[in-house]
Amino acid sequence: MALLNEIKKDGEILEINFGPQHPSTHGVFRMRVLLEGETVRELKPVMGYLHRNQEQIAENTTYAGIIGFTDRMDYINALSNNFSYCLTAEKLASVEVPERAAYIRVIMAELARLVNHATAVGFLLNDLGSFFTPLLYALRERERILDVFEAVTGSRMMCNYFRFGGVKRDLDENSLTAIKTIVRKFPRFLDEFEALLTSNEILCMRCQNVGVLPADLAINAGITGPTLRASGVNYDIRKIDRYGLYDRFDFKVPLGKKGDVYDRYYVRILEMRESVKILEQALQAIPAGDFIHPKTAPLLRNPRNFKPPAGEAYGRTESPKGELGFYLVSDGTPQPWRCHVRAPSLINLSALETMCLGQKIADIMIILGSIDIVLGETDR
Amino acid sequence: MEYTENNSTIDPALRDKMTKQNVFVTTLDFIYNWGRRSSVWPMQFGLACCAIEMIAAAAARYDIARFGAELFRASPRQADLMIVAGTVTKKMAPNVVRLFNQMAEPKYVIAMGACAVSGGPFADGYNVLRGIDRFIPVDIYIPGCPPRPEVLLHGLMQLQKKIDSQSIRKAEWYQKGLKREFPIPELGPHGLVPKFNPEVWQPPETDHRATHYGHVIRTGKKTKAPNLEPVAVTPSSPSSSAGA
Repeated sequence: MALLNEIKKDGEILEINFGPQHPSTHGVFRMRVLLEGETVRELKPVMGYLHRNQEQIAENTTYAGIIGFTDRMDYINALSNNFSYCLTAEKLASVEVPERAAYIRVIMAELARLVNHATAVGFLLNDLGSFFTPLLYALRERERILDVFEAVTGSRMMCNYFRFGGVKRDLDENSLTAIKTIVRKFPRFLDEFEALLTSNEILCMRCQNVGVLPADLAINAGITGPTLRASGVNYDIRKIDRYGLYDRFDFKVPLGKKGDVYDRYYVRILEMRESVKILEQALQAIPAGDFIHPKTAPLLRNPRNFKPPAGEAYGRTESPKGELGFYLVSDGTPQPWRCHVRAPSLINLSALETMCLGQKIADIMIILGSIDIVLGETDR
Repeated sequence: MEYTENNSTIDPALRDKMTKQNVFVTTLDFIYNWGRRSSVWPMQFGLACCAIEMIAAAAARYDIARFGAELFRASPRQADLMIVAGTVTKKMAPNVVRLFNQMAEPKYVIAMGACAVSGGPFADGYNVLRGIDRFIPVDIYIPGCPPRPEVLLHGLMQLQKKIDSQSIRKAEWYQKGLKREFPIPELGPHGLVPKFNPEVWQPPETDHRATHYGHVIRTGKKTKAPNLEPVAVTPSSPSSSAGA
């Protein structure tokens, strides 16, 4: 603030307010920005406009009841949140997952990743000024995937699909065929999308060398997910933890070079191609068997019987936004003592000011769009 | 509320006769309401999850443009309709009311989703407003968590019916002395002050929430922290343990 007081003496500083009602803040996010001319000198995020006390509600709910609330954290890809939470609860209670259920989980989580990255790129282009056209392409693909989600889980967005020791319902043949069709056609959509965008001159000029995040700074700020990998750090929890079945699939981790907005855009496109590869392998190898462990299958009927022994567990997955971790403390009752969420959207925001300093005011929105935050997860 | 169809009250025989002579006869109400209902401009105002379904309704498959409501305006001054799409927290409620006050008459509100209607799954939380109708008048309630885009379209059609039933002579926004500024609540240390606007909403006589307390188990307040001794976790081989 000392620096700011000095600048203020010149009378050139302008304080403006973005949000919470703003078309490009991806929800009810607010920023206080100090400008010198058009250059950003200070940026302070103001959060809490969507604080829905999910952690407090979790302490009054059963373990299975929390699954439905995790859907509403990162509401664009609900299934990734289910995955992370169920992984943690299974760690806590030492529950095994049958092989078919694990395959179904990977398939659904990767489909959710496709949905998330497609819409994230669409919204980023929306912020860039190509209003709604790329988003229409992305939402068209999203609708196709959401049809499968609806057929399998019963809900378009809030799937509430994963259970401890498996999933709620089996994937039937029709859904598998539908997923295969989506996977077969998705690269064509990506080609079309890339033909419009990747070498587009306007996109390159707006995005390259904007909002550069160096690798060391990204690591220090705790950034994870595509935002970190765009800076060139090879850190993908699917490769490191090898949770689920990710050690069986052959896929690469796309990395960026500079860490600017363009890299973050392109890493997401490449990750979608890798997700398609994982899906192809998983659809070929999916075995027959149980979709939920026989020991935990009665919990589908009566979820209140799930009482993990006293203890604590931290589980994490690579959600499309970054490292999504759940920390659960059990005291032996049907309700958790504590349920903390390590939300990637919140922690990725910590580098927002660094990325925006010295940039022009018009670039704030695309830098924010390239981090890809969801306010339900940021504020919880 | 009873809605009337937007039928012209003109004698059909006369209308047919005039139409043959290339004269279009209508009532002022009919053409006024036809124009208003066919170009409802919503405000681009997403609060939470339901906003994504609102965007999906605007996209290619559901295509809200068929009802003339595709022009999402970022400014409340240019909007006719506020779709409250998502959870209204106590921190956000003053802003919602302020935005509603800034809209020009005639203005309508759709409460989309369980959260905007009643607080939804988060109603037990300390920071969630149990329904936006406590502060601003809501025309259409759309339940669902989140509602499908079709349901939003149905809600919009219901709103169009409501617009049709209004009359230009009785329209309250043309009357003198209309005061449709709603007091903006403030977020104090114990929630919103005032808790609701008594002109808009009155608390129900019986508290159904106390009797239907669905998913919450009451085990009393937990006071003793669990003993977190290190638990021996047996590591299992990656091939056998698929997800755990």
